[in-house]
Amino acid sequence: MNLLDVLTGPLAYGFVQRGLLAGLMVGVVCAVMGTFVVLKGLAFIGDAVSHAAFPGLVIAFMLGVPLFLGGSIAAVGTALAIGVVSRHSGLRFDTTVGVLFAGTFAFGVLLLSTIKAYTGDLLGYLLGNILGITQGDLVQLAVLGTVVLVVIAVLRKELLYATFDPLGAAASGLRVGALEYLLLALLGVTIVVGIQAVGIILVVAMLVTPAATAQLLVTRFDQLTYLAIALSVVSVIGGLYTSFYWNVASGAMIVLFETGLFALALVLGPRTGLLHWYRGRRHMTSPLTDTDVMPGSAT
Amino acid sequence: MTHNPAAVELDEVSAGYGDRLALADVSLRVLPGSLLAVVGPNGAGKSTLLKVMAGLLRPVSGRLEVLGQPVGKAARRVAYLPQAEAVDWQFPVAVADVVMMGRYPLIGIGRRPTSIDRDHVQQALETVRMTAFRGRQIGALSGGQRRRVFLARALAAEPDLFLLDEPVTGVDATTQEDLMDVLEAQARAGRTVVASTHDLLCAAQRFHEAAFINGRVIATGPAHLVLDQRLLAQTYGGHVLILQGEGGTALALDDAHHHDQAPGHESHFHDGARG
Repeated sequence: MNLLDVLTGPLAYGFVQRGLLAGLMVGVVCAVMGTFVVLKGLAFIGDAVSHAAFPGLVIAFMLGVPLFLGGSIAAVGTALAIGVVSRHSGLRFDTTVGVLFAGTFAFGVLLLSTIKAYTGDLLGYLLGNILGITQGDLVQLAVLGTVVLVVIAVLRKELLYATFDPLGAAASGLRVGALEYLLLALLGVTIVVGIQAVGIILVVAMLVTPAATAQLLVTRFDQLTYLAIALSVVSVIGGLYTSFYWNVASGAMIVLFETGLFALALVLGPRTGLLHWYRGRRHMTSPLTDTDVMPGSAT
Repeated sequence: MTHNPAAVELDEVSAGYGDRLALADVSLRVLPGSLLAVVGPNGAGKSTLLKVMAGLLRPVSGRLEVLGQPVGKAARRVAYLPQAEAVDWQFPVAVADVVMMGRYPLIGIGRRPTSIDRDHVQQALETVRMTAFRGRQIGALSGGQRRRVFLARALAAEPDLFLLDEPVTGVDATTQEDLMDVLEAQARAGRTVVASTHDLLCAAQRFHEAAFINGRVIATGPAHLVLDQRLLAQTYGGHVLILQGEGGTALALDDAHHHDQAPGHESHFHDGARG
C-alpha cells in the first residue's frame, strides 16, 4: 500500500468523508474562536459552557426537538449568564463558574437517568462521534460555523482592541461590554459546534490547545490566528486517519494530536523551549542588552 | 451650564466603586487648551476622576459634560490612556498594531485601515520617536517605550481631549521630557490635556494648571501652586516632605515615590520594574 492509497483509501467511505469535512469545519471555527479564548483567559468558561450544554441536549431529546437547538440555547444562555455573574457577583469569578457548571451538568445527568428509552445518542455527546455525523448535522455545522466566522471577521479589529485594552477601547467609544457578551455568545455557539466532533469533555481542547501552541511560536495576532487554524487542521486530519487505521476513538485522537503539537512547541519553541533555555545559558556569559529582553521578562 | 464652553465640566459629581465613594461633590471646569495635572496622594481618586471623564465609570450623582456633550457622546474625540497595570503586555501585538488601534473608532466596523490611517500611525510614531520599534512586540519594550507607544496611539486618534492616567510615572527623565513636549504642543494647538501624576516636580514645571484632589477637590489653579506648602499639606496630610534646596528651589517628594514596599492594594511601576 503506497502513501496515496493510505490517504485516499479511507475517503472511499461516506462516513469518513463527512467526518473529515465536519472535523475541518470544527477545527477552523474552534481555532479562530480559540485565539480569543486564550488571550482573554476564557478556557475555564469554555469548559463550563460545554458541560452546561448537556442538560440542554437532554431536554431537547425529551421534548423531541433537534438536539442542536437544545444544546445551543443552553450553551449560549450559560455563557451569557457567566458574563452577568462575572460583573455582579461578589465571589471570586472562577468559584462562581465552578459552582454553576458542576450544577448544570449534574442536572443533565439527573434528567438523563429519568429517561426510560434508549439514550445512546446522548451519551455519545459526552465523547463525540465525528465518524457518525449525518448529512443534516453537516449542514447545521456549516451554518453555525459560518455565523461565528463571519461575525468575528466583521468585528475583528474591535474585538482585538477590546481584548487588548478594554479601558482604552471603551473610552474611545467602542461598546466593550456588548462586545464581551457577543464573544461569550459566539463561544457558546462554537462549543455546540465543537461538541459534534470531540464531545463535551474534550471540546475545550479544540478551543484552547491550537491557539496556546501558536502563542508559544508567534507574537502577532494575525499569525496567531493563521497558525492556530493550521495546527487545528493538521490535528484533525492526523487524528482522523490514525483513528481510522488503528480503530481507536477519533475525538481523543484529534485532541492528542493537538496536545502533541503543543508539547513539541513547548520544547522547541523560540521563547519557552529547551533550545531557548540552552541559548539562554550560553548568553549568561555575555551581559544582556536591552534588545535581548524577551517578551515576558519585562513585567 | 455657562456660555463659555468648557472641554470638561463636572458639577457636584460623586463617583465610586460599590458602596465606597472615591470622589465626592467634585466641581471642575477644564478649559480648551488646558494642560492640567491632577495631583493627590494614593487613593485620592485621581484615576477615578479620569475614568469618570472618560465615561468608563458612571457617576453616582452630579452633572458631567465632555466636549460640550453628555459624557460618552463625544467618545471618538477623546483618547484615554490607562495606567500601565491595566494592560496585558504579553498580548501578541506589535507597536504599529497598537498605534493603529487609535484609528479603529475612526475607521469604523467592518472596514480596513487605509493609507491615510497608516500615515497617521507613521506620524504618531515619529512624534514619540518610536519609528524604529514599529515591528517590535509591545511586551519587549521598556516601561518608558510602552508609554511612548500608548501616547502615539492617543495621537493617532486625533482627539480633542487627552485623558492620561499616570503618563509619566516610572519613566526615565528623557522620556518624561519628550512626552511632556508632545503634550505641551497638543495643548498649544488648542487640545485639552488632563493627566494624573505622582510627580509633583513635573506637575509644577511642565503643566500649566493643577487640580489638587483628595476624595474631593482641595484646590485648582496655576501649576506652580503645586509647590505651595500649605496646599500640599492640605492635600497630602502629613505625607509630604519639602526640601528647601539652594537658591530657594523647593523639591517636593510625595509618599508614593519613596517607599520600600507598596501598600498591599497597590502596584507601583518604576520603568517596568515593580517597586
